[in-house]
Amino acid sequence: MLKVDSIHYGIVIDHITPGKGKKIFDKLNLGEVNYPVVLLRNVSSSKLGKKDIIKIENKIDVDMTMLGLIDPNITINIVENDEIIKKMKVEIPNIVQGLFKCKNPRCISNSEENVKPLFRLVKSNGTIEYCCEYCEEWTTYSL
Amino acid sequence: MSLKGKHLIDPNDFTLEELDEIFDLSEKIIKDKEAYNSICNGKILGALFYEPSTRTRLSFESAMLRMGGRVLGFSDATHSSVAKGESVADTIRVLSSYADIVVMRHPKEGAPRLASQYANVPIINGGDGGHQHPTQTLADLLTIRVLKGSIEGNKIAFCGDLKFGRTVHSLIKTLSRYSGNKFILVSPNELRLPKYLKNMLIKNGNIDIYETEDLESVIEEIDILYMTRIQKERFFNEADYVRLKDSYILTRNKLNNAKSDMIVMHPLPRVNEISYDLDEDERAVYFTQARFGIYTRMALMSLLLGVI
Repeated sequence: MLKVDSIHYGIVIDHITPGKGKKIFDKLNLGEVNYPVVLLRNVSSSKLGKKDIIKIENKIDVDMTMLGLIDPNITINIVENDEIIKKMKVEIPNIVQGLFKCKNPRCISNSEENVKPLFRLVKSNGTIEYCCEYCEEWTTYSL
Repeated sequence: MSLKGKHLIDPNDFTLEELDEIFDLSEKIIKDKEAYNSICNGKILGALFYEPSTRTRLSFESAMLRMGGRVLGFSDATHSSVAKGESVADTIRVLSSYADIVVMRHPKEGAPRLASQYANVPIINGGDGGHQHPTQTLADLLTIRVLKGSIEGNKIAFCGDLKFGRTVHSLIKTLSRYSGNKFILVSPNELRLPKYLKNMLIKNGNIDIYETEDLESVIEEIDILYMTRIQKERFFNEADYVRLKDSYILTRNKLNNAKSDMIVMHPLPRVNEISYDLDEDERAVYFTQARFGIYTRMALMSLLLGVI
Protein backbone atom coordinates (compact mmCIF):
# COMPACT_ATOMS: atom_id res chain seq x y z
CA MET A 1 0.00 0.00 0.00
CA LEU A 2 1.33 3.39 -1.08
CA LYS A 3 1.79 5.78 1.85
CA VAL A 4 1.95 9.54 1.48
CA ASP A 5 2.45 11.87 4.42
CA SER A 6 -0.36 14.19 5.35
CA ILE A 7 0.32 17.85 4.84
CA HIS A 8 0.90 20.32 7.65
CA TYR A 9 -0.16 23.55 5.97
CA GLY A 10 -1.73 23.80 2.53
CA ILE A 11 -4.47 22.49 0.28
CA VAL A 12 -5.83 19.05 -0.54
CA ILE A 13 -7.87 18.75 -3.72
CA ASP A 14 -9.92 15.64 -3.10
CA HIS A 15 -12.55 13.51 -4.88
CA ILE A 16 -11.13 14.22 -8.32
CA THR A 17 -12.65 11.95 -10.94
CA PRO A 18 -9.97 9.36 -11.86
CA GLY A 19 -7.95 10.59 -14.82
CA LYS A 20 -8.61 14.28 -14.26
CA GLY A 21 -5.93 14.79 -11.60
CA LYS A 22 -3.15 15.23 -14.18
CA LYS A 23 -5.16 17.88 -16.05
CA ILE A 24 -5.72 19.88 -12.86
CA PHE A 25 -2.07 19.40 -11.85
CA ASP A 26 -1.02 20.89 -15.19
CA LYS A 27 -3.60 23.71 -15.17
CA LEU A 28 -2.36 24.82 -11.74
CA ASN A 29 1.24 24.67 -13.04
CA LEU A 30 2.20 22.42 -10.12
CA GLY A 31 5.02 20.87 -12.12
CA GLU A 32 6.86 24.19 -11.96
CA VAL A 33 6.66 24.97 -8.23
CA ASN A 34 9.41 24.60 -5.58
CA TYR A 35 7.25 23.50 -2.61
CA PRO A 36 6.10 19.91 -2.02
CA VAL A 37 3.20 18.71 -4.17
CA VAL A 38 1.90 15.25 -4.87
CA LEU A 39 -0.55 13.84 -7.39
CA LEU A 40 -2.15 10.55 -6.38
CA ARG A 41 -4.02 8.66 -9.07
CA ASN A 42 -6.58 5.86 -8.80
CA VAL A 43 -6.71 5.91 -4.99
CA SER A 44 -9.48 3.80 -3.43
CA SER A 45 -12.54 5.81 -2.48
CA SER A 46 -15.65 4.67 -0.60
CA LYS A 47 -17.69 7.32 -2.43
CA LEU A 48 -16.32 7.10 -5.97
CA GLY A 49 -14.68 3.67 -6.08
CA LYS A 50 -11.51 5.35 -7.28
CA LYS A 51 -10.35 8.94 -7.22
CA ASP A 52 -7.37 11.20 -7.82
CA ILE A 53 -6.00 13.49 -5.10
CA ILE A 54 -3.62 16.45 -5.22
CA LYS A 55 -1.83 17.58 -2.07
CA ILE A 56 -0.10 20.95 -2.03
CA GLU A 57 2.15 21.92 0.90
CA ASN A 58 1.45 25.61 0.46
CA LYS A 59 -1.59 27.89 0.39
CA ILE A 60 -2.02 28.96 -3.20
CA ASP A 61 -4.84 30.69 -4.99
CA VAL A 62 -6.83 28.03 -6.80
CA ASP A 63 -9.19 29.08 -9.54
CA MET A 64 -12.47 27.53 -8.38
CA THR A 65 -14.15 28.44 -11.68
CA MET A 66 -11.56 26.54 -13.64
CA LEU A 67 -11.74 23.55 -11.26
CA GLY A 68 -15.55 23.56 -11.50
CA LEU A 69 -15.31 23.38 -15.26
CA ILE A 70 -12.88 20.46 -15.21
CA ASP A 71 -14.58 18.46 -12.47
CA PRO A 72 -17.58 19.63 -10.41
CA ASN A 73 -17.18 16.64 -8.02
CA ILE A 74 -14.06 18.06 -6.40
CA THR A 75 -13.72 18.93 -2.71
CA ILE A 76 -11.10 21.45 -1.58
CA ASN A 77 -9.70 21.06 1.94
CA ILE A 78 -7.71 23.86 3.52
CA VAL A 79 -5.23 22.51 6.06
CA GLU A 80 -3.53 24.35 8.90
CA ASN A 81 -1.49 22.73 11.68
CA ASP A 82 -2.35 19.24 10.34
CA GLU A 83 -6.08 19.93 10.61
CA ILE A 84 -8.71 20.62 7.98
CA ILE A 85 -9.98 24.07 8.88
CA LYS A 86 -12.25 24.54 5.86
CA LYS A 87 -13.94 22.29 3.29
CA MET A 88 -15.29 23.67 0.02
CA LYS A 89 -17.33 21.97 -2.68
CA VAL A 90 -16.55 23.01 -6.20
CA GLU A 91 -19.56 23.74 -8.37
CA ILE A 92 -20.17 24.16 -12.07
CA PRO A 93 -19.62 27.92 -12.39
CA ASN A 94 -22.51 30.18 -13.35
CA ILE A 95 -20.23 32.76 -14.95
CA VAL A 96 -17.05 31.91 -16.85
CA GLN A 97 -14.72 34.50 -18.32
CA GLY A 98 -11.74 33.90 -20.53
CA LEU A 99 -11.43 30.15 -20.06
CA PHE A 100 -12.80 29.00 -23.42
CA LYS A 101 -13.87 30.51 -26.70
CA CYS A 102 -17.29 31.10 -28.19
CA LYS A 103 -18.01 28.53 -30.90
CA ASN A 104 -19.67 31.17 -33.12
CA PRO A 105 -17.11 32.36 -35.71
CA ARG A 106 -19.13 35.56 -36.21
CA CYS A 107 -18.95 36.51 -32.51
CA ILE A 108 -17.08 39.72 -31.70
CA SER A 109 -15.24 37.88 -28.89
CA ASN A 110 -13.42 35.84 -31.55
CA SER A 111 -12.13 38.85 -33.47
CA GLU A 112 -11.24 41.56 -30.94
CA GLU A 113 -8.01 40.91 -29.09
CA ASN A 114 -8.97 42.71 -25.90
CA VAL A 115 -12.28 40.88 -25.37
CA LYS A 116 -12.37 38.08 -22.84
CA PRO A 117 -15.18 35.69 -23.84
CA LEU A 118 -17.86 35.82 -21.15
CA PHE A 119 -20.43 33.07 -20.63
CA ARG A 120 -23.44 32.42 -18.44
CA LEU A 121 -24.48 28.86 -17.51
CA VAL A 122 -27.80 28.00 -19.14
CA LYS A 123 -27.96 24.23 -18.83
CA SER A 124 -26.16 21.76 -16.62
CA ASN A 125 -28.42 18.77 -17.01
CA GLY A 126 -26.78 16.08 -19.12
CA THR A 127 -24.65 18.46 -21.15
CA ILE A 128 -23.19 21.68 -19.79
CA GLU A 129 -24.05 24.63 -21.99
CA TYR A 130 -22.99 28.23 -21.71
CA CYS A 131 -24.59 31.24 -23.38
CA CYS A 132 -22.20 33.85 -24.78
CA GLU A 133 -22.88 37.28 -23.30
CA TYR A 134 -22.04 38.91 -26.63
CA CYS A 135 -23.72 36.85 -29.37
CA GLU A 136 -25.97 34.57 -27.22
CA GLU A 137 -24.89 31.39 -29.03
CA TRP A 138 -24.82 28.35 -26.78
CA THR A 139 -21.47 26.63 -26.45
CA THR A 140 -21.40 23.08 -25.12
CA TYR A 141 -18.61 22.51 -22.65
CA SER A 142 -17.29 18.97 -22.35
CA LEU A 143 -15.86 18.01 -19.01
CA MET B 1 -39.42 55.44 -15.37
CA SER B 2 -36.85 57.05 -17.62
CA LEU B 3 -35.01 55.77 -20.64
CA LYS B 4 -32.50 58.62 -20.51
CA GLY B 5 -28.92 57.41 -20.87
CA LYS B 6 -29.87 53.77 -21.53
CA HIS B 7 -28.49 51.61 -24.34
CA LEU B 8 -30.63 49.57 -26.72
CA ILE B 9 -28.58 46.52 -27.63
CA ASP B 10 -31.18 43.79 -27.29
CA PRO B 11 -34.96 44.26 -27.31
CA ASN B 12 -35.03 42.67 -23.85
CA ASP B 13 -33.03 45.62 -22.51
CA PHE B 14 -36.35 47.45 -22.18
CA THR B 15 -39.37 46.50 -20.12
CA LEU B 16 -42.77 46.23 -21.81
CA GLU B 17 -43.73 49.52 -20.10
CA GLU B 18 -40.66 51.20 -21.61
CA LEU B 19 -41.55 49.80 -25.04
CA ASP B 20 -45.06 51.19 -24.58
CA GLU B 21 -43.57 54.59 -23.77
CA ILE B 22 -41.72 54.50 -27.11
CA PHE B 23 -44.84 53.48 -29.02
CA ASP B 24 -47.01 56.09 -27.29
CA LEU B 25 -44.52 58.79 -28.23
CA SER B 26 -44.20 57.41 -31.79
CA GLU B 27 -47.95 57.75 -32.25
CA LYS B 28 -47.88 61.31 -30.91
CA ILE B 29 -45.12 62.16 -33.39
CA ILE B 30 -47.13 60.64 -36.26
CA LYS B 31 -50.08 62.87 -35.31
CA ASP B 32 -48.09 66.09 -34.99
CA LYS B 33 -44.64 65.93 -36.57
CA GLU B 34 -44.09 69.70 -36.43
CA ALA B 35 -44.20 69.69 -32.65
CA TYR B 36 -41.00 67.63 -32.52
CA ASN B 37 -38.90 69.31 -35.23
CA SER B 38 -36.47 71.08 -32.91
CA ILE B 39 -36.31 68.90 -29.81
CA CYS B 40 -32.80 67.68 -30.72
CA ASN B 41 -31.29 71.09 -31.52
CA GLY B 42 -27.59 70.93 -30.72
CA LYS B 43 -27.54 67.12 -30.48
CA ILE B 44 -25.31 64.95 -32.66
CA LEU B 45 -25.98 61.36 -33.74
CA GLY B 46 -22.85 59.28 -34.42
CA ALA B 47 -23.75 56.78 -37.14
CA LEU B 48 -21.15 54.00 -37.24
CA PHE B 49 -22.02 51.64 -40.07
CA TYR B 50 -19.33 48.99 -40.40
CA GLU B 51 -21.32 47.16 -43.07
CA PRO B 52 -23.61 48.36 -45.85
CA SER B 53 -27.00 49.73 -44.93
CA THR B 54 -29.38 51.97 -46.79
CA ARG B 55 -32.65 51.82 -44.97
CA THR B 56 -31.52 51.71 -41.36
CA ARG B 57 -28.80 54.35 -41.79
CA LEU B 58 -30.98 56.77 -43.72
CA SER B 59 -33.88 56.13 -41.38
CA PHE B 60 -31.72 57.08 -38.38
CA GLU B 61 -30.30 60.10 -40.18
CA SER B 62 -33.74 61.24 -41.27
CA ALA B 63 -35.08 60.74 -37.73
CA MET B 64 -32.33 62.91 -36.21
CA LEU B 65 -32.59 65.60 -38.90
CA ARG B 66 -36.38 65.75 -38.47
CA MET B 67 -35.80 66.55 -34.79
CA GLY B 68 -33.33 69.36 -35.54
CA GLY B 69 -30.17 67.43 -34.68
CA ARG B 70 -27.11 66.65 -36.78
CA VAL B 71 -25.37 63.48 -37.89
CA LEU B 72 -21.75 62.40 -38.30
CA GLY B 73 -20.18 59.04 -38.94
CA PHE B 74 -19.24 56.61 -41.65
CA SER B 75 -21.10 54.17 -43.85
CA ASP B 76 -18.14 52.19 -45.09
CA ALA B 77 -15.59 50.80 -42.65
CA THR B 78 -12.92 50.55 -45.35
CA HIS B 79 -12.59 54.34 -45.32
CA SER B 80 -12.29 54.77 -41.57
CA SER B 81 -9.72 54.07 -38.86
CA VAL B 82 -11.28 50.60 -38.61
CA ALA B 83 -9.43 49.75 -41.82
CA LYS B 84 -6.20 50.52 -39.96
CA GLY B 85 -7.12 47.90 -37.38
CA GLU B 86 -8.66 50.04 -34.64
CA SER B 87 -10.72 48.06 -32.12
CA VAL B 88 -14.41 48.65 -31.47
CA ALA B 89 -13.54 49.61 -27.90
CA ASP B 90 -11.12 52.37 -28.97
CA THR B 91 -13.40 53.69 -31.71
CA ILE B 92 -16.32 54.01 -29.33
CA ARG B 93 -14.27 55.61 -26.55
CA VAL B 94 -13.30 58.38 -28.97
CA LEU B 95 -16.70 58.71 -30.66
CA SER B 96 -18.36 59.07 -27.27
CA SER B 97 -16.84 62.53 -27.05
CA TYR B 98 -17.85 63.47 -30.60
CA ALA B 99 -21.53 62.51 -30.44
CA ASP B 100 -24.40 62.55 -27.93
CA ILE B 101 -25.83 59.23 -29.05
CA VAL B 102 -24.46 56.49 -31.29
CA VAL B 103 -26.04 53.94 -33.60
CA MET B 104 -23.79 51.06 -34.61
CA ARG B 105 -24.18 48.43 -37.30
CA HIS B 106 -21.48 45.77 -37.29
CA PRO B 107 -20.97 42.43 -39.07
CA LYS B 108 -19.72 40.80 -35.87
CA GLU B 109 -22.36 39.56 -33.46
CA GLY B 110 -22.17 41.22 -30.05
CA ALA B 111 -20.13 44.24 -31.26
CA PRO B 112 -22.71 46.81 -30.04
CA ARG B 113 -22.80 45.05 -26.64
CA LEU B 114 -19.03 45.41 -26.46
CA ALA B 115 -19.30 49.08 -27.52
CA SER B 116 -21.83 49.76 -24.77
CA GLN B 117 -19.27 48.60 -22.19
CA TYR B 118 -16.89 51.39 -23.22
CA ALA B 119 -19.29 54.20 -24.16
CA ASN B 120 -20.48 57.07 -22.02
CA VAL B 121 -23.32 57.97 -24.38
CA PRO B 122 -26.32 55.78 -25.32
CA ILE B 123 -25.49 53.06 -27.86
CA ILE B 124 -28.17 51.75 -30.20
CA ASN B 125 -27.70 48.45 -31.97
CA GLY B 126 -28.42 49.08 -35.66
CA GLY B 127 -27.97 45.39 -36.49
CA ASP B 128 -25.14 43.04 -35.50
CA GLY B 129 -24.39 40.22 -37.95
CA GLY B 130 -27.17 37.65 -37.95
CA HIS B 131 -27.91 38.32 -34.29
CA GLN B 132 -30.30 41.17 -33.40
CA HIS B 133 -31.88 44.27 -34.91
CA PRO B 134 -33.88 45.84 -32.08
CA THR B 135 -34.86 49.10 -33.78
CA GLN B 136 -36.45 47.14 -36.63
CA THR B 137 -38.41 45.39 -33.89
CA LEU B 138 -39.67 48.74 -32.64
CA ALA B 139 -40.96 49.54 -36.14
CA ASP B 140 -42.47 46.06 -36.44
CA LEU B 141 -44.23 46.25 -33.09
CA LEU B 142 -45.65 49.70 -33.76
CA THR B 143 -46.97 48.40 -37.09
CA ILE B 144 -48.67 45.49 -35.33
CA ARG B 145 -50.04 47.72 -32.55
CA VAL B 146 -51.50 50.25 -34.98
CA LEU B 147 -52.75 47.90 -37.70
CA LYS B 148 -53.82 44.89 -35.63
CA GLY B 149 -54.93 46.84 -32.57
CA SER B 150 -52.80 44.86 -30.12
CA ILE B 151 -49.38 43.24 -29.80
CA GLU B 152 -51.01 40.40 -27.84
CA GLY B 153 -52.98 37.37 -28.95
CA ASN B 154 -51.83 37.12 -32.57
CA LYS B 155 -50.78 34.11 -34.60
CA ILE B 156 -47.59 35.14 -36.35
CA ALA B 157 -45.83 33.21 -39.11
CA PHE B 158 -42.18 33.96 -39.80
CA CYS B 159 -41.18 32.82 -43.26
CA GLY B 160 -37.81 32.53 -45.04
CA ASP B 161 -34.36 32.80 -43.54
CA LEU B 162 -34.96 32.31 -39.85
CA LYS B 163 -31.37 31.29 -39.20
CA PHE B 164 -29.58 34.47 -40.24
CA GLY B 165 -32.54 36.88 -40.23
CA ARG B 166 -31.71 39.13 -37.30
CA THR B 167 -35.01 41.00 -37.59
CA VAL B 168 -36.79 37.72 -36.92
CA HIS B 169 -34.59 36.98 -33.91
CA SER B 170 -35.31 40.33 -32.28
CA LEU B 171 -39.01 40.32 -33.09
CA ILE B 172 -39.83 36.79 -31.96
CA LYS B 173 -37.88 37.30 -28.76
CA THR B 174 -39.91 40.41 -28.00
CA LEU B 175 -43.29 39.09 -29.14
CA SER B 176 -42.81 36.08 -26.86
CA ARG B 177 -42.93 38.48 -23.91
CA TYR B 178 -46.46 39.55 -24.81
CA SER B 179 -49.25 37.19 -23.80
CA GLY B 180 -51.25 34.99 -26.14
CA ASN B 181 -49.03 35.11 -29.21
CA LYS B 182 -48.53 31.89 -31.20
CA PHE B 183 -45.71 31.32 -33.65
CA ILE B 184 -45.43 29.40 -36.89
CA LEU B 185 -41.89 29.08 -38.21
CA VAL B 186 -41.76 28.46 -41.97
CA SER B 187 -38.30 27.82 -43.41
CA PRO B 188 -36.15 25.33 -45.29
CA ASN B 189 -34.58 22.85 -42.90
CA GLU B 190 -31.15 24.52 -43.25
CA LEU B 191 -32.49 27.96 -42.33
CA ARG B 192 -34.43 27.16 -39.18
CA LEU B 193 -34.43 29.42 -36.15
CA PRO B 194 -31.11 29.00 -34.24
CA LYS B 195 -31.20 26.40 -31.50
CA TYR B 196 -30.08 28.88 -28.85
CA LEU B 197 -33.04 31.13 -29.59
CA LYS B 198 -35.58 28.33 -29.68
CA ASN B 199 -34.21 26.99 -26.38
CA MET B 200 -34.43 30.45 -24.87
CA LEU B 201 -38.04 30.90 -25.97
CA ILE B 202 -39.05 27.51 -24.63
CA LYS B 203 -37.12 28.01 -21.39
CA ASN B 204 -38.64 31.41 -20.71
CA GLY B 205 -42.24 30.43 -20.85
CA ASN B 206 -45.18 28.63 -22.24
CA ILE B 207 -44.50 29.41 -25.90
CA ASP B 208 -46.56 27.88 -28.68
CA ILE B 209 -44.25 27.16 -31.65
CA TYR B 210 -45.04 25.11 -34.76
CA GLU B 211 -42.42 24.49 -37.46
CA THR B 212 -43.10 23.65 -41.08
CA GLU B 213 -41.54 24.02 -44.52
CA ASP B 214 -44.93 24.55 -46.20
CA LEU B 215 -46.34 28.08 -46.07
CA GLU B 216 -49.53 27.30 -47.99
CA SER B 217 -50.60 24.65 -45.48
CA VAL B 218 -50.82 27.26 -42.70
CA ILE B 219 -51.74 30.43 -44.62
CA GLU B 220 -55.40 30.48 -43.63
CA GLU B 221 -54.77 30.56 -39.88
CA ILE B 222 -52.23 33.39 -39.81
CA ASP B 223 -52.90 36.92 -38.44
CA ILE B 224 -49.46 38.29 -39.34
CA LEU B 225 -47.12 36.96 -42.01
CA TYR B 226 -43.55 38.20 -41.55
CA MET B 227 -41.60 37.50 -44.73
CA THR B 228 -37.80 37.69 -44.84
CA ARG B 229 -35.08 37.78 -47.46
CA ILE B 230 -32.60 34.91 -47.68
CA GLN B 231 -29.49 36.59 -46.23
CA LYS B 232 -26.94 36.15 -49.02
CA GLU B 233 -24.19 37.98 -47.12
CA ARG B 234 -24.28 35.51 -44.20
CA PHE B 235 -23.67 32.38 -46.28
CA PHE B 236 -20.17 30.96 -46.32
CA ASN B 237 -21.00 29.01 -49.47
CA GLU B 238 -22.49 30.60 -52.62
CA ALA B 239 -23.90 27.25 -53.81
CA ASP B 240 -26.04 26.94 -50.66
CA TYR B 241 -27.43 30.44 -51.23
CA VAL B 242 -28.32 29.71 -54.85
CA ARG B 243 -30.07 26.49 -53.84
CA LEU B 244 -32.16 28.17 -51.13
CA LYS B 245 -32.79 31.67 -52.45
CA ASP B 246 -36.09 30.90 -54.16
CA SER B 247 -37.51 28.77 -51.34
CA TYR B 248 -40.50 31.06 -50.80
CA ILE B 249 -41.99 33.50 -53.29
CA LEU B 250 -45.20 35.08 -52.06
CA THR B 251 -47.64 36.09 -54.81
CA ARG B 252 -51.09 37.61 -54.52
CA ASN B 253 -52.67 34.28 -55.55
CA LYS B 254 -51.11 32.55 -52.59
CA LEU B 255 -53.10 34.82 -50.28
CA ASN B 256 -56.45 33.63 -51.66
CA ASN B 257 -57.08 31.49 -48.60
CA ALA B 258 -55.60 33.96 -46.13
CA LYS B 259 -57.71 35.99 -43.68
CA SER B 260 -59.00 39.27 -45.07
CA ASP B 261 -57.47 41.21 -42.15
CA MET B 262 -54.16 39.37 -42.17
CA ILE B 263 -51.15 41.64 -42.69
CA VAL B 264 -47.96 40.88 -44.64
CA MET B 265 -44.84 42.45 -43.16
CA HIS B 266 -41.25 42.53 -44.41
CA PRO B 267 -38.25 44.39 -42.96
CA LEU B 268 -37.07 45.23 -46.50
CA PRO B 269 -35.13 45.23 -48.73
CA ARG B 270 -36.89 42.44 -50.61
CA VAL B 271 -35.26 40.49 -53.40
CA ASN B 272 -37.88 38.22 -54.95
CA GLU B 273 -39.63 36.68 -51.94
CA ILE B 274 -42.64 39.01 -52.35
CA SER B 275 -43.83 39.56 -55.89
CA TYR B 276 -44.69 43.12 -56.95
CA ASP B 277 -48.33 42.21 -57.64
CA LEU B 278 -48.83 41.88 -53.88
CA ASP B 279 -48.00 45.56 -53.32
CA GLU B 280 -51.51 46.49 -54.46
CA ASP B 281 -53.15 44.22 -51.90
CA GLU B 282 -54.22 46.17 -48.81
CA ARG B 283 -52.81 43.40 -46.62
CA ALA B 284 -49.29 44.31 -47.79
CA VAL B 285 -48.09 46.76 -45.11
CA TYR B 286 -44.30 46.69 -45.53
CA PHE B 287 -44.01 50.26 -46.78
CA THR B 288 -46.08 51.52 -43.85
CA GLN B 289 -43.79 49.46 -41.63
CA ALA B 290 -40.70 51.18 -43.11
CA ARG B 291 -42.32 54.60 -42.59
CA PHE B 292 -43.09 53.77 -38.96
CA GLY B 293 -39.36 53.03 -38.54
CA ILE B 294 -38.60 56.75 -38.75
CA TYR B 295 -41.09 57.61 -36.00
CA THR B 296 -40.00 54.84 -33.63
CA ARG B 297 -36.37 55.93 -34.11
CA MET B 298 -37.31 59.54 -33.41
CA ALA B 299 -39.13 58.47 -30.26
CA LEU B 300 -36.28 56.18 -29.19
CA MET B 301 -33.52 58.75 -29.66
CA SER B 302 -35.43 61.57 -27.99
CA LEU B 303 -36.14 59.37 -24.95
CA LEU B 304 -32.56 58.06 -24.69
CA LEU B 305 -31.27 61.62 -24.96
CA GLY B 306 -33.77 62.79 -22.37
CA VAL B 307 -34.93 65.74 -24.45
CA ILE B 308 -38.60 64.97 -24.03
